[in-house]
Amino acid sequence: MSEQKKEIKTKEEKKKEEMILFLSKSEEKEAFLSRANRKLLTDPLNDDNPITVQMLGICSALAITVQLRPAIVMSLAVIFVTAMGNVVISLLRNLIPNRIRIIVQLVVVASLVIVVDQVLKAFLYDVSKQLSIFIGLIITNCIIMGRLEAFALGNKPWKSFLDGIGNGAGYGIILIIVAFFRELLGSGKLLGYEILGHKGLTLADSTGLYALGYENNGFFLLSPMALIIVGLVIWYQRSRNRKLIEES
Amino acid sequence: MDRNSNTYTFIFSISMVIVVAVVLSFLATSLKPKQSKNVRQEKMQNILNTFVGDSIEVDGKKVELTRELASEKFDEFIKNQYALNYKGETVESVNAFNINLATEIKKPVEEQIFPLYEAEFNGQTFFVIPLRGSGLWDAIWGYVALKDDLNTIEGIIFDHKGETAGLGAEITTDWFQERFKDEKIYDGNNIVGVEVTKGYSGGNDKTDHQVNAISGATMTGNGVTNMMKERLAKYKPFFEKLKNSKLAIQ
Repeated sequence: MSEQKKEIKTKEEKKKEEMILFLSKSEEKEAFLSRANRKLLTDPLNDDNPITVQMLGICSALAITVQLRPAIVMSLAVIFVTAMGNVVISLLRNLIPNRIRIIVQLVVVASLVIVVDQVLKAFLYDVSKQLSIFIGLIITNCIIMGRLEAFALGNKPWKSFLDGIGNGAGYGIILIIVAFFRELLGSGKLLGYEILGHKGLTLADSTGLYALGYENNGFFLLSPMALIIVGLVIWYQRSRNRKLIEES
Repeated sequence: MDRNSNTYTFIFSISMVIVVAVVLSFLATSLKPKQSKNVRQEKMQNILNTFVGDSIEVDGKKVELTRELASEKFDEFIKNQYALNYKGETVESVNAFNINLATEIKKPVEEQIFPLYEAEFNGQTFFVIPLRGSGLWDAIWGYVALKDDLNTIEGIIFDHKGETAGLGAEITTDWFQERFKDEKIYDGNNIVGVEVTKGYSGGNDKTDHQVNAISGATMTGNGVTNMMKERLAKYKPFFEKLKNSKLAIQ
């Protein structure tokens, strides 16, 4: 009996080993943009959006969405820092002492932000001026620390890179949506161009909607309106995607 | 080695700090010349912008006054650069362009040096004065060009370090800066500058020393008011001397 049991055990162990071998092989052979990898890129854009679903990084969404241009450049900067930060932490994941991992993550993020800031100042001086303090604010963005801690510490560099790009883009999309409405309705412009017409000193000097008596809504320039727009985006997203609705 | 031991943690931290320090120092020092060049060129562009405007005629064509073009044209338009003390006397040992106002305004008035640029453009003389003060979040600065009468503003440029985009940062926009054109800085015998006023009802009045504020940017507007009054008043001794010497010539 005991020998039979041993045989069964060894068979089971063999099966397990084969399974592990198969899984690791399939992981090795996994295409660069396999289904699972594509999900890393696309999930944060909708189902797992860092701002509207995970409720992270909202503070900066309030601060920098008065105009579209800084929102776009900020999104690109965040995509770069999340992606590169994820890759660096993923490469170091087997070396980082567990007790100081948060400090290590902070150092990596802060260094990357300084790199972005210095390069912009040298090669894209005008863009760097437009962003001014916002670039520094990236260090305090919860999304980045969240991804490093939750994903990069446990995954390989390529997957971490895709996850970084996906989450940065998910953040960027919401920022751009909010900035679009705030700049359009708050100052009648998009990217600095007058979309709703020109507002002159008097009605006769004005063109477009302003000639009909339209006034810019100054409330859109204030931070609370960003929060309200984010709320509307969340409302819309959940009405389209029922699985995001939490049962209470 | 055990990843959770103290020794490993120390070695890891020290190596990480060294690597990060080396990489960032290398990056900062290698990019520094390019960054400084950008800052110098931008300063020249701002000074010229106050009396030339955004574009300039080159070989019969109107072209944008870019940073590179401004640095080429700077010496052509700027005839004199003065470094002045609080008595309005020129300090020969100091190069006006290299004066850092950020450090200068922290000194007592008696030790401060005030830069001034004398320009000639289209047959007219302008005096450009650098400004610096505090906005809501951080420093604000600018350049104001005065006409030959040393009283009327020809043009003004503002910039900032950290004002809110869409609110305080709007001081950098043309429509706000346009409001200062032709305003007077002298009230009788005193330099009062131009006050940024909330709820301004003066329309296009250029003699009341007031312009309309930006909604939602009261603190930045107050910063602009204080900066203009404080900085411009320091040039009064020099202006008086200049006026007297002109009268003597006439």
